[in-house]
Amino acid sequence: MSIPLSWYLFLAAALFCTGLYGALSRRNAIAILLGVELMLNAVNVNLIAFWRYLDLRPNDPAPMNGQAFAVIVFAVAAAEVAVGLALILSVYRRRKTVAADEVNLLKW
Amino acid sequence: MTAEQGLFLCAAAFTLASAVMVVSARRLIHAALWLIAVLSGVAILYALLQASFLVVVQVVIYIGAIAVLFIFAIMLTRRQTDHDAPSRWTRRAPAFLISLLTLGALSGIVLAFPEAGRLPPPMPPDLDAVNALGAALLSPTGAAAYAGVLFHESYVLPFEVASVLLLAALVGAIYLATTERRRRES
Repeated sequence: MSIPLSWYLFLAAALFCTGLYGALSRRNAIAILLGVELMLNAVNVNLIAFWRYLDLRPNDPAPMNGQAFAVIVFAVAAAEVAVGLALILSVYRRRKTVAADEVNLLKW
Repeated sequence: MTAEQGLFLCAAAFTLASAVMVVSARRLIHAALWLIAVLSGVAILYALLQASFLVVVQVVIYIGAIAVLFIFAIMLTRRQTDHDAPSRWTRRAPAFLISLLTLGALSGIVLAFPEAGRLPPPMPPDLDAVNALGAALLSPTGAAAYAGVLFHESYVLPFEVASVLLLAALVGAIYLATTERRRRES
């Protein structure tokens, strides 16, 4: 075990920023959701790295809280994808488009 | 450089290269397939961090359910997504700038973090991580014992709130995705 914690943190930061670029630069709503998925995965890498490096120290009062956080992030990510893709399909059925900037039903 | 560092660097390079392909692939179905590669790379990282339960969750839920859901959604909106025109540079340049600034800010935080150079503590020999996670998430008292000490960390309430959120989201997703005609017929 010779990997410093910062390696994981830098990797997660790079993954997060790649996802951020995807979410901001794409026109297609499904591609935006793909970018959001990358960002959520980067957050989970951070949580698990902190669990392994900081929660498992001897005499830590709560040795599993990093993993518990990650499991809850998993559940929220699944909910987000289900609602997001259902919304995109519903919009596609009505407007025949999935481009995020052509959907202006709620704009005024 | 130890074998473990080499393994980490290979997994990290694979994950990041696949992530770049996800945000730059012209055809959306290719982006979704590259997302599966990213998710597998992240599963390798979880395995390196010895989070065995989360490796399984990553493969079963993310690759098995979420990635397949994406592929279905892309196929159902195929006419639009088949040839996704690249967005204009006026859209890409600010996005690139913002993500570069975010990367700089996050790297600054990591560099300023005093524990960033820390090496992992040895795995507690009698910690059954899957069992302890189950106790923390499901048992009302959250009693899990390891190294002769009884721990009381209980996340029952947040976990149940998350499951109610997931249930509500799935009911809402089914409602949104059903056509109105089908709804009237039933």
